[in-house]
Amino acid sequence: MMEQVIDVLSWILLTSGGIFVLIGGVGALRLPNFYTRTHAASVTDTMATFLVLGGIMLQAGLSIATIKLVAILVFLLLTGPTASYALANAALLSGMKPETEAKSSDKGHTK
Amino acid sequence: MQENQRASKPNIRVILIWLVILAAVWLLWSGLYKPLVIGLGAASCLLTVLVAHRIGFFNESTSIHVLPRMPRYWFQLFIDIIKSNIDVTRIILDPKLPISPTEVEIEAAPKGPIGQAILGNSITLSPGTVTIDVFEGRLRIHCLTKEGAEELIACDINQRTAELTEK
Repeated sequence: MMEQVIDVLSWILLTSGGIFVLIGGVGALRLPNFYTRTHAASVTDTMATFLVLGGIMLQAGLSIATIKLVAILVFLLLTGPTASYALANAALLSGMKPETEAKSSDKGHTK
Repeated sequence: MQENQRASKPNIRVILIWLVILAAVWLLWSGLYKPLVIGLGAASCLLTVLVAHRIGFFNESTSIHVLPRMPRYWFQLFIDIIKSNIDVTRIILDPKLPISPTEVEIEAAPKGPIGQAILGNSITLSPGTVTIDVFEGRLRIHCLTKEGAEELIACDINQRTAELTEK
């Protein structure tokens, strides 16, 4: 009984995590320029990470694997924003001005 | 023991605490307790401390006393992240895409480099706000909406980070 509850709960977390990954992807496509797209990427970075790793932790139970998953979570949360900052700062330093009005003409700069 | 002053001399106690933390982390992650593996682990812990010492990690006064305050900070940050995730998700899924990109510049309350790095990363971590530049204690932040920018200025993340690292 208890196992089934945990199983269902973990699948709910995993599925909603997948949905948030999808939302991040949709956002990265829909938003108009580089700086706004980084915001969509951080949805995938945070919410989806929490949900997917939370779901896997429930599957792993109280074991050494869960400790490793917590470590993965901490490292993702520490390195994710560092990478975002490096990307955004590189864009800024190479002369891309963050526009206060959204424009859709600079799709070529997103990579 | 001179742990209270911002001494340029590294502190033996801090180094020992870090060694214990590293050893505990290593033991938890490896899960193998054979002599050879434990020997390799001990060697890598010592090497890590040596390298950290050489890059001046132990000269920073804000390195060890911050740790007990981390859980509370992380919890508050977690709540913030969930809230702003819901906001950004709504914006992305809205057919009209109601964005109003705004740039704000704030004065970082924490004065040390570690505090400013934590502040910048915390702001980047919550969706809707990205730190794009840190220069001389001022953070340049790009926000997805005007409301997000106002919320960022109104919320106390700046003060919380200062409390985390400065005392």
